[in-house]
Amino acid sequence: MKGELIAALVIAVFVAMFAIVSSTTGGEWAGADDQAEDVIAHITGGTYQPWAEPVWEPPSGEIESLLFALQAALGAIVIGYFLGYYKGRQKSSE
Amino acid sequence: MHIMEGFLPPQWCAFWYVLSIPVIAYGVYRMNALVRERREALPLLAVAGAFIFVLSSLKMPSVTGSCSHPTGTGMGAVLFGPSITAVLGLIVLIYQALFLAHGGITTLGANVFSMGIAGPFVAYLVYKGCMRLNMNFYVAIFLAATLADWATYVVTSLQLALAFPAAVGGVLASFYAFGAVFAITQVPLAIVEGVVTALIFKYILQLRGDVLVRLHIIDEAKMRALRGEVVA
Repeated sequence: MKGELIAALVIAVFVAMFAIVSSTTGGEWAGADDQAEDVIAHITGGTYQPWAEPVWEPPSGEIESLLFALQAALGAIVIGYFLGYYKGRQKSSE
Repeated sequence: MHIMEGFLPPQWCAFWYVLSIPVIAYGVYRMNALVRERREALPLLAVAGAFIFVLSSLKMPSVTGSCSHPTGTGMGAVLFGPSITAVLGLIVLIYQALFLAHGGITTLGANVFSMGIAGPFVAYLVYKGCMRLNMNFYVAIFLAATLADWATYVVTSLQLALAFPAAVGGVLASFYAFGAVFAITQVPLAIVEGVVTALIFKYILQLRGDVLVRLHIIDEAKMRALRGEVVA
């Protein structure tokens, strides 16, 4: 149980920090990727123009969330399936 | 850590592709060998890949008031080494570039280098070093995964700094500017990732410690001691 306790504690601290920062500062919670774009614009004086466009962009933030959720779900299914498979094998061999 | 489509000048895109392609090729070769020779490790390969899939989809708020995501590559690097992990990272980055417009095809070489190669390489070295120093297995995993995550973002900052040196202060000034965005946002996320990765390894050790022993990740005596079994 020790490992789970440590993990829970660290995540609790992380959430608490988020709560404190949210309530005390005007954090916008934008993506770090987008902020890097601003830094590029700042360094080059706004002269840099991206020379390629994404092949396809999610038509809205909602669709983007869907695809991110799908990515997480696919991964979670695989992890659960194989760890469950190991667990089942271990049980049946006992 | 994604460098967006078109946001690296063409010569830098080419440069990172040239560095990444040999590692990917070697990784594909190693992965084929693994699939042939160590069938019992295949579920772990799937889990390691899925772990990157899940973690890199989680856009988490950090204390700096912006959001970023963990990389999940530390696990694969400890289990299978950096080159195989680079292939797993490539798959995730292609998914995100094509379906989410995060990262891009022109910047794929650079993104694979930071997330798939540099991070896992750091994880691998840190893990081996910690085990040689006889540190606790879980502490070693935690440090490997945390530093892999963080190293990814330091390398991304460096990649952008090399391509966009500041008029005053050059590459170093730019590195600080990008580092302030990426690396600092990433510190708390990297710590959380390290803890979660160590926890997953606890379950793997309980369920299939024998596979970890056969992959030469841990020796039998240590594995038994961690499981709480009496060493004969």
